[in-house]
Amino acid sequence: MKIKDKLITWALLKSPWILHFNSGACNGCDIEIVDALTPKYDIERFGMVLKATPRHADILVVSGPVTRQQAKRLRTIYEQMPEPKFVMAVGACACSGGVFNGCYGVIPGVDKTLPVSVYVPGCPVRPEAIIDGVVKLIQSVEGKK
Amino acid sequence: MSKITIPLGPQHPALKEPENFMLVLEGEQISGATVNLGYNHRGMEKAAEERTYIQNLYLIERVCGICSHSHTTCYITNVEEIAKAETPKRALAIRALFGELERVHSHLLWLGVAAYEMGFETLFMYTWRDREQVLDCLEMLSGNRVHYSINTIGGVRRDISAEQKAEVLKRIAYLEERTKYYVKIGTEESTILARTQNVGKLPYDVAIQRGAVGPTARASGVARDVRKDEPYLIYNELDFKVITHDTCDVFGRLVVRVLELVESYKMIKQILNGLPEGPIAVKVPMRLPAGEAVNHYEAPRGEDIHYLKANGTDKPDRVKVRAPTMANLQSVAYMMEGGWLADAPLVIAAIDPCMSCTDRAAVWDPKKGKTTVYGWEELRKMGIEHYKRRGVDFSRL
Repeated sequence: MKIKDKLITWALLKSPWILHFNSGACNGCDIEIVDALTPKYDIERFGMVLKATPRHADILVVSGPVTRQQAKRLRTIYEQMPEPKFVMAVGACACSGGVFNGCYGVIPGVDKTLPVSVYVPGCPVRPEAIIDGVVKLIQSVEGKK
Repeated sequence: MSKITIPLGPQHPALKEPENFMLVLEGEQISGATVNLGYNHRGMEKAAEERTYIQNLYLIERVCGICSHSHTTCYITNVEEIAKAETPKRALAIRALFGELERVHSHLLWLGVAAYEMGFETLFMYTWRDREQVLDCLEMLSGNRVHYSINTIGGVRRDISAEQKAEVLKRIAYLEERTKYYVKIGTEESTILARTQNVGKLPYDVAIQRGAVGPTARASGVARDVRKDEPYLIYNELDFKVITHDTCDVFGRLVVRVLELVESYKMIKQILNGLPEGPIAVKVPMRLPAGEAVNHYEAPRGEDIHYLKANGTDKPDRVKVRAPTMANLQSVAYMMEGGWLADAPLVIAAIDPCMSCTDRAAVWDPKKGKTTVYGWEELRKMGIEHYKRRGVDFSRL
C-alpha cells in the first residue's frame, strides 16, 4: 500500500463522515439514524458527523427500498462521493425491500442499484444496531490494511 | 432583475426527505414556488389490495414511521366498522394513549427539526434528548420504539400493567417540567423570535381556501381538530382544549405545537388514571362483508383520512390514504411566495412535512407517457363533477 493510501485510510477511520439519503423510506429508519446522532446515543463522539453534501462524505447511509424515481438520483449521489466510499443499507427495506417487496414503485434492496458494504437489518433499526454496523464497517476496513 | 429558477431537493441539506421545490427567484426573494412530488412513491395502495386485512395492518403502519399509529388506527376503525366489531372500551383507551404519546414524540421531533433549520442546534439536541423519554415509554408498553404495532383487528395486542402506568406517569412528569422550559424559550428567546415572526404568513382565509389541516391551520386561527369536531376513540370523554394562535406565521405554528404538548400530557394522565377495566380485544372474522367505510383521525400533522372498500373476501378491494401533508403542501407554495430564500427551509419544515405519507397522488398516463400531478383546482373540479353525477352540487362551496 502506498503511503498516500495509508494516510487516507487512517483519516477515514479517525472520522468517517456520513451522508444520509432517504430513498423512499417510511421515516422510521431516518428518525433512528438522527437518534443515533443525538445525545442519548451520540455517535458524533466517535468522530462521525452528518454531512450535507456527497462531496464531503465517506459513508452513504441509505434507508428505504429504492423507489424508481429515486434510483437514478441515488446513483448520481454515489458517483459524486470521493473514493474510498462505502454504502450502508439501513433497515429491512434497504436490505431486501422488506414490507414493500412487490410494490410496483420499488426496486427492492439498495444492492440492486449500488454496491453495499454493510447491511443493518431491523424494521426499523435500533440506533444501537446502526452504531454496531458502523463499527463492523470500520473493523473490516482496518482488516484490509 | 431577471428571474432564476432553482431546484430545492430531492437531496438537499435542509430536507430530511425526498421532495422537490422549484423556486423562482428575483434576487434573494421567492416570487413563485412549485411542489413536485412522487420521489417517495412506492405503490402501497395497490400492494394493500393483494394482502389480507391483518397483513395490511403492518403495511399501513409503514406508510409513515412518525405517525404510524395514526394510520393503523384510522385503517382499523374502517375494518371494524365494516365487520361491525364491538371493540372493548379498554382497547380504545389504550389506542388513544398511544395516539397521544405519538403526538408528544412527533411534536418534540418537529421542535428539534425546526430549531435545526433555524440554526439553533442546542435546542435540537435538547428536544431530541427529551424525546427519548417518550420512546422509552412506547418501547416499554409495546416492545418497539418506532413501529409499535399495538393495534390488532378487534382491539390491541398488549395490556398496560400498574407498574408500566407508574413508569409512564413518572416520565410524563419529567417532560412536563421540560416543556415549561420550551414554552419559555419558544416565546421569549430573541433568536427564535427573529427567525419565526412574520415568516411564512398564511392568513385565515387562505388557510381555509387551501384546505390546511392540523397545527398549520390552527396557527392561522382555524379551530379545526378532528378530536373535538368529530370525536373518535374516547376523545369525547377527555378534557382538553383546541390550541389556536392568530399570528398566522411560523412562530404561531411553534407555539401551537408546544402548547399542544401540554394538552397531550394532560390527556395521557387522564387516560391512564381512568383506564376502563375489561378485555383488550375481541375476535373478528378473517373475511369482511362487502361494504365501504371512511374515517378520519387527528394525526400529529393534521387530519388523516382513510377509505376502505371490502368485497366479501379476506383482502380489501381498495385502500385509499389522504395524509395531512398532502393537504398542507398547497399552503407551503403560498407561504413561500414573497419570502426570502434563506427562510425557505424553515417554512417547509414548519408544516412538519412527511413525504412518505404523501406520495401517492402522482398519476401516470401510459398513453401520453408522462406523469401528471393533480393540483388543488383540478382535484376540486373533478370532485365537483363526480358529486354532480351523483346528484349533489358542491360548486358553490
